[in-house]
Amino acid sequence: MESKPSNLEIKSSSQLVQGIQAGLPIFLGYFPIAIAFGTLAVQAQLSWTEAVLMSLIVFAGASQFVGVSMFLAGAGAAQIIATTFFLNLRHLIMSLAVNDQMRHFSGGWKGFLSFFITDETFALLTLGRGDHRSERRTPAYMAGLMITAYLGWVTGTAVGGLGAGFIPVEITTAMTVGLYGLFIGLLVPPARKSLNFGIIAVSSMILNWALGLFMDAGWAIVLATIFAAGLGIILIKEDV
Amino acid sequence: MKVLLVIVGMALVTYIPRLLPALFLDRFQFPAWFRKWLQSIPYAALGALIFPGVLLVEKDQPLLGLAGGLMAFLLSLLNLHITLVMAGSILIVILLQYFFF
Repeated sequence: MESKPSNLEIKSSSQLVQGIQAGLPIFLGYFPIAIAFGTLAVQAQLSWTEAVLMSLIVFAGASQFVGVSMFLAGAGAAQIIATTFFLNLRHLIMSLAVNDQMRHFSGGWKGFLSFFITDETFALLTLGRGDHRSERRTPAYMAGLMITAYLGWVTGTAVGGLGAGFIPVEITTAMTVGLYGLFIGLLVPPARKSLNFGIIAVSSMILNWALGLFMDAGWAIVLATIFAAGLGIILIKEDV
Repeated sequence: MKVLLVIVGMALVTYIPRLLPALFLDRFQFPAWFRKWLQSIPYAALGALIFPGVLLVEKDQPLLGLAGGLMAFLLSLLNLHITLVMAGSILIVILLQYFFF
């Protein structure tokens, strides 16, 4: 009997596999963009190790591109770090929503998994399909999804840092559109089911565009998200 | 050495905002309005991430991003799997780049 895995173990290993499967689209989306990042970083005179280390411990695409570009332009350390902070502040809001799903996890799991919150992992975890939240949101499922995405980013950086520039820029553009495809594909089905969520999303788009006219994109996204989500307080009738 | 410091600094200021909700979220029982706000965040955040960013994937060619976004929109109306939605938007952009841009 002892050699037989318990129900709990079977459940958590299949949860892990489900998480990995759910994370694969992000892996595929990240990989070519990370190759472009690795290439850019090495061109900016970072060593291969530094480029890979950045992807390993920062794991935030847009800010890594910006950071390396600033490094290339001769910006100071404080300037680069401050810009990174403001660019990634939106993850605070996203982390609220993700941590809301992790209420029943241990503190260690929450601290560990929070590291992997990106625009894309957040989007999949909160709006991914077949969503029976309380059932599916186990640490194993989330770790599978998030670490799969992470590996796409880190391995792509490692590959890009080796052979500078073997992915043509057109492909990088097309793959970036693919990540927008991920966002749109996750947003449309629930927005169709509930008009309120569609209204919130469209309001946020308009607000973000308007705010972007007189502040930088990082702040515009944070403020648009905070205020447009505030519409939900008025629009959502049932107690949640 | 300086590069290493910058990378570690970037890592810290990126992780701290991600970590904060893990530290305090479950210590409070939030009122109903806050829970509604929390529930609305994914829709608001995705809206803001999509627009106008999708138009800027190729700075001089906003139509390219628009075409990819519209394709994703149409495919997601068909309730296709997310990977197919992504593939469709990538494919239309590659085709447009090849023939027009």
